[in-house]
Amino acid sequence: MSDLTRLHASDLAAQLADGSVTSVEATQAQIDRIAAVDGDLNAFLHVDAEGALATAADVDARRAAGESLPTLAGVPIAVKDLINTVGQPTTAGSKILEGWVPPYDATVVTRLRAAGLPILGKTNLDEFAMGSSNEHSAYGPARNPWDTGRIPGGSSGGSAAAVAAFEAPLALGTDTGGSIRQPGAMTGIVGVKPTYGGVSRYGVIAMASSLDQVGPMARSVLDAALLHEVIAGHDPRDSTSIDAPVPSVVEAARRGDVAGLRIGVVREFAGEGFQPGVQRRFDEAVAKLADAGAEIVEVSCPSFTHGIAAYYLVMPSEVSSNLARFDAMRYGLRVSPDGNPSPSAEQVMAATRDAGFGDEVKRRIILGTYALSSGYYDAYYGSAQKVRTLIAQDFTAAFEQVDVLFSPTAPTTAWRLGEKSDDPLAMYLEDVCTIPANLAGVPGINVPIGLADDSGLPVGGQFLAPAQADERLYNAGAALERLVPAPVLEEVVR
Amino acid sequence: MSSPLSREDVAHLASLARISLSEDELDRLGAELPAILDHVAAVQGVVESAGADVAPMSHPVPITNVFRADEPSPGLSRDEALSGAPASEEDRFLVPKILGEEA
Amino acid sequence: MSTPTKTPLVPFDDALTRYEPVMGLEVHVELGTRTKMFCGCATEFGAEPNTQVCPVCLGLPGALPVVNAKAVESAIRIGLALNCEIAEWCRFARKNYFYPDQPKNFQTSQYDEPIAFDGYTDVEVDGEVYRIEIERAHMEEDTGKSLHVGGATGRIHGADHSLLDYNRAGIPLIEIVTRTIEVPGDKAPAVARAYVNQLRDLMLALGVSDARMDQGSLRADVNLSLKPTGSSTLGTRSETKNVNSFRSVERAVRYEVGRHAGILDAGQKVVQETRHFHESDGSTSSGREKSDAEDYRYFPEPDLAPVAPSRAWVDELRGTLPEPPSERRKRLQAEWEFSDLDMRDTIGAGALELIVATVEAGAAPQAARKWWLGELARRSNDTGVDLAALPITPAQVAGIQALIDAGKINDKLARDVFDGVLAGEGTPEEVVASRGLEVVSDDGALGEAVDRAIEANPDVADKIRDGKLQAAGALIGAVMKEMRGQADAGRVRELILEKLS
Repeated sequence: MSDLTRLHASDLAAQLADGSVTSVEATQAQIDRIAAVDGDLNAFLHVDAEGALATAADVDARRAAGESLPTLAGVPIAVKDLINTVGQPTTAGSKILEGWVPPYDATVVTRLRAAGLPILGKTNLDEFAMGSSNEHSAYGPARNPWDTGRIPGGSSGGSAAAVAAFEAPLALGTDTGGSIRQPGAMTGIVGVKPTYGGVSRYGVIAMASSLDQVGPMARSVLDAALLHEVIAGHDPRDSTSIDAPVPSVVEAARRGDVAGLRIGVVREFAGEGFQPGVQRRFDEAVAKLADAGAEIVEVSCPSFTHGIAAYYLVMPSEVSSNLARFDAMRYGLRVSPDGNPSPSAEQVMAATRDAGFGDEVKRRIILGTYALSSGYYDAYYGSAQKVRTLIAQDFTAAFEQVDVLFSPTAPTTAWRLGEKSDDPLAMYLEDVCTIPANLAGVPGINVPIGLADDSGLPVGGQFLAPAQADERLYNAGAALERLVPAPVLEEVVR
Repeated sequence: MSSPLSREDVAHLASLARISLSEDELDRLGAELPAILDHVAAVQGVVESAGADVAPMSHPVPITNVFRADEPSPGLSRDEALSGAPASEEDRFLVPKILGEEA
Repeated sequence: MSTPTKTPLVPFDDALTRYEPVMGLEVHVELGTRTKMFCGCATEFGAEPNTQVCPVCLGLPGALPVVNAKAVESAIRIGLALNCEIAEWCRFARKNYFYPDQPKNFQTSQYDEPIAFDGYTDVEVDGEVYRIEIERAHMEEDTGKSLHVGGATGRIHGADHSLLDYNRAGIPLIEIVTRTIEVPGDKAPAVARAYVNQLRDLMLALGVSDARMDQGSLRADVNLSLKPTGSSTLGTRSETKNVNSFRSVERAVRYEVGRHAGILDAGQKVVQETRHFHESDGSTSSGREKSDAEDYRYFPEPDLAPVAPSRAWVDELRGTLPEPPSERRKRLQAEWEFSDLDMRDTIGAGALELIVATVEAGAAPQAARKWWLGELARRSNDTGVDLAALPITPAQVAGIQALIDAGKINDKLARDVFDGVLAGEGTPEEVVASRGLEVVSDDGALGEAVDRAIEANPDVADKIRDGKLQAAGALIGAVMKEMRGQADAGRVRELILEKLS
């Protein structure tokens, strides 16, 4: 038998459907793979072998009984530990939620269960999804399988590392400022941030409510589309969920044709700060798209360069409010202040939040508290909300000229652990290409475009499309994937 | 607006955010935040040069009137509700004594 | 926190010789929706702790709110009934503050975009009409309830720990805020009371809330400051929170006027603070100082879509409004044939809707008025419990009157029946039966009593035989005494006259 862990989800699904392999076999293979490599990767915070195998056995039994099953039934998946799962801890990568087991499933998890996907476990992340490197996890960083001395990107670094290292064929991530696409780029896999409102946020621990979105991570564009179709669609429990049919992403991923497609290259996403090896791979990808019949148009989106400034006001403001509920009263960690035998609730809250939150979380809470405080609201939060509008207007203008935008996903390839830890602002600047999509609510995809010739590490290209036109991402992404095959990891590089 | 953030300012923000930051943390944040604020303060200039008529965007998708019918749906059992509680007593969440007044 | 030195309370009338009160009232109405503001949890009053909760109202990680359509509808109807404009587009906002009864540590409320604004309602006091301007009515959610354990009984100070029940967390509230109310100082307490009373009546007429102050489903905050007579400089205000009866609203205004006057007379400054009202003696005490440090960091709630009620919907809801209070008062006065004075007393006592309900239950208007403004008003005064909060329903009052009309009891016995019903002994019929209060009109028993009375009072009997019929009263009294009031007095008189003719 070939190595089941190396199969794309679509191929595994086909083999499950024709009976040549069982879900229990496929799931067990992933569990064995996790046991073999996760000591080096720390991609998983929790592995639920028993639960995953039970789901797999159930799917196998139903299939044997002749039941008609959803496409991905029996294909195992890893879930970012920001997404609530009954029966498995959900920590958000934070000490403040250590050991917390949610009493309810996120809607996306309910949909995974209904579609018969065995859930292998929960993946590592920057604490509360705040970071671009996974170094802000309270449980130690996940590592990049291309070089375990390097970061896998973040915040969905655990999901990215797990998929890239064949620990899982599929994973769920969340993307608030690039947290699916950027780790996708760093580890050489596909990752999609759907249109805001396209996938339910119910049961997904909120970082920044107006920016967060759950999305698929996989080793092929088609796999991502298949997973997208499982999790997307209207959810009455999420008031920001779009009540409209899910874009036909699977069909688009199967089509993958850029002939006649107008592709806009964003002028602002090049030059200073962009690693030459990244730029070269990107330019080659553009050339190949042109060869395949795409019309390449240079477009300017001047407001995009202000995305980081707006993002680092909007996001921390919402963070400061969303994370207020972690107060030691109803769930999670409770810490008493030192040397106080009879502390008040207020003192316990403050001590717990100091002990339970990491530096990056505290930094953003304080920043957001400042941005919202009276006297500063208009200058900071209010202005940032207006910059969002300017960015959205740039998108609207661009999409009048072109069908999709194309840019590098991240300006650099994966950096060494600790390399940027002392300079939060430098880390923030890594998100320059991904943030505008979150601010405007439009969808984006990372597609691997080879290894950089200067670092030997994966490079990602990003397509962006208008809101609710997610299928354009899959069409362009699938075409690019054929033109520029994704780099294949032979073995984890220790 | 370039606003230098004093150590006292950071301490005040920490108290609003209910985090008992250590002296070291106050020092470090006091040193880090001004650089970040310098960067993000650029939004004001951007908005000013864009002119007056830019509406703030609070929601990326322009939908309105998302309502739910007034029909009860099952919630959590009491045991589920209390399952994560650091402490409970008499079917209620037990918390340390509360000092302040209600807002 | 309190004033540096305790200054004497100035008598209300004395204070008005030098100062004019400036009031504002904030009333919270708990809506009577079946489910909470942002989740499908039930809202039953008095349920077992933490049995009406879910991830949303417990503020569990990942939970998201969804607006209750009925609550929006109720908010719009309340706004329209208060002659407000209804927003074309408005948002919810987060009010950020930490408190253990607030599961998310922010309250989902509305800030600068209330659903209803710029309205008014006219209240009547002593026959005069006063217009109360409404600044805004907005939607928000209630908090959980804390039980303070250890230390003094249930008080927050000195408690060892607290126990939290989140059943109430997330119940929809409408906060109705007046603009500054400036009325002649001597009328201020009564106007405040009449306004809150009128809101209660309006909520009942709209059917949006049971509006019970005693159960907290209608709660009033009284904001008050004084300015020197003739001056336009506003003073520092105090906010007396959660006053829980109509009578207390009136008393809180009177007390705060006296307290502020004392502070100002002594040349001191009034502290801006929240205050607690004490039912026992009508005083207020210092709560929490309001400082500039209080910073709620409001921002638009990103998890909820804006509310944009269509004009068609608003018009449709306008069609469901009850009659405006002033028109209703006029109509009822005509229907009931009440004099102006009767009506003024009825409104002053907050008995209008109680009489409406009593009449609907079958009693004659004058009879209903007699009981509510007489016997029951007296008991309300004696106990300090609002008329509407007395443990007797309009239907029971009508039931007692029906027993009188049927000759089963008389007015005197009726007072005993009121005692029994108020003491929780059951329905009027049950009280009559269990206390043995039914009047005796059985000729056998009455005849024997009459015979005994004649025998015991031969002189009186002779006078009656001589045609002095007015002397019968003494014999009737004797019979009633023997029968402990439970005799049908008319029949007793007939029997006496028959026997002595």
